[in-house]
Amino acid sequence: MNAGMAGGIDCDLHPAVPGIASLIPYLEPQWADAVAQRGVHDLEPTSYPLRAPLTSRPDWRVAGAKAGSSREQLCAQALDGFGSRAGILNCLYAITTLFSEDMAAAFARALNDWLAAEWLDKDARLRASIVVPVQSPELAAAEIERRAVDRRFVQVLLPCLADQPLGRRSLWPIYAAAARHGLPVGIHAGSTYRHPVTPVGWPSYFTEDYVNQAQGFQTQLTSLVCEGVFSKFPTLRVVLIESGFTWLPAYLWRLHKYWRGLRMEIPWVDRPPPDIVREQVRFTLQPVDTPVEGDALLRILDQAGSDELLLFSTDYPHWQFDGQYALPPLLPDSLKTKILIDNPLATYPRLKEDFA
Amino acid sequence: MVRHVIAPAADLPSGERLVAEVAGRKVVIFNLDGEYFGLFNRCPHQGGDLCLGRTTGLVEAGDSPGQYNYSRRGEILRCPWHGWEFDIRTGKSRAEPGRIRAKTYDVDVKSGSELFDGPYQAETVLVSIEDDYIVVEA
Repeated sequence: MNAGMAGGIDCDLHPAVPGIASLIPYLEPQWADAVAQRGVHDLEPTSYPLRAPLTSRPDWRVAGAKAGSSREQLCAQALDGFGSRAGILNCLYAITTLFSEDMAAAFARALNDWLAAEWLDKDARLRASIVVPVQSPELAAAEIERRAVDRRFVQVLLPCLADQPLGRRSLWPIYAAAARHGLPVGIHAGSTYRHPVTPVGWPSYFTEDYVNQAQGFQTQLTSLVCEGVFSKFPTLRVVLIESGFTWLPAYLWRLHKYWRGLRMEIPWVDRPPPDIVREQVRFTLQPVDTPVEGDALLRILDQAGSDELLLFSTDYPHWQFDGQYALPPLLPDSLKTKILIDNPLATYPRLKEDFA
Repeated sequence: MVRHVIAPAADLPSGERLVAEVAGRKVVIFNLDGEYFGLFNRCPHQGGDLCLGRTTGLVEAGDSPGQYNYSRRGEILRCPWHGWEFDIRTGKSRAEPGRIRAKTYDVDVKSGSELFDGPYQAETVLVSIEDDYIVVEA
């Protein structure tokens, strides 16, 4: 364990559903039977093919099963391994790709109940994001209402690239419900593959797919700002998860510049967009798209204009770094403490209740 | 401060603008329904000629995103280069009024009879007692 990382809060852990059978006990009878009758097989996300190197670090794979499917291994490697006091589970089981709103809602309920029973009940350090059927904002809001009473659920999880720009007003019931319960909305890398992951069509290779996720995040952040989500819900916090963040200075400069000339189009954006982002948007740490050595990262954070933007994450079991290099070693101690502890606690009110 | 006599008031009807050279600098002068305002003719961003910008109204947020309040038609000037908005009355940019503003000049209208006494310079304008004149302080 790296002593410099002790006590951190890991804001991006990926538990894997071992298989569809694991959810059967948590599905309502109609849907449990439908799994058998319709021959529903596993809902693994296309964004993370099981054998792709990115999907799991070699030393974090689980023999004969999906990486992230063993709670004991996840807690030992991701929490004990980095000395973290708590971790947030972001389950990427591909419920957001279903076409049926009702089926997606049923599977989301089962998945959240499975997370509570099989993970949260069994290790007090674990917290989770509420998986919602984004296909139906009303049903998604209902799931938030249902699950928000359990304060171990600390966030609402949305996929980065679903069916539409995330700022659209039709999705606002989700943000209203999240804001009502003080839950940040976490947007995680990944696509439903309804649309190409690039603005110009389908790429040929997985590398292109994953690299382009960063542009997808920029698209969604721009949509959230320009459509006025942050103005409508001033207490809402949005966390971009596994988005990368080193693109932020150039992105903010561009958004700020064009807002100055085109502000009248979106008058509800009543302050400079970088101010909005610095106040209401956070980013998980991994992947860090800079060299481990040198001061590039510090310069980027200086240009982004805040030391409160980053939340510690390992992105376990995804392979973003080797060994103990979850946190760039050359950061000043005060900044390490902010990233590991202070920023996560400030972002997630429900974590502060239990882990401050 | 010296007061410069720029032009007969009749040369600048309501809703129009004119450019004058005041103490070696170009100033664009607006007549907003009988009230006169002057801006330095260089955008504080990158120096665009403000006198070539379109005027528009003030677009503000309504109660919720998607609702607009539109007011003060003709009182907002957009730089022709990058579209930045400036309030003709104050010179303040609409996007960041506390940070970015166009330099303003006080503009007044005086009768010709007032201009023969006091600190007025009328180098290029022939003043007659019967008419009114635009006066810029600089």
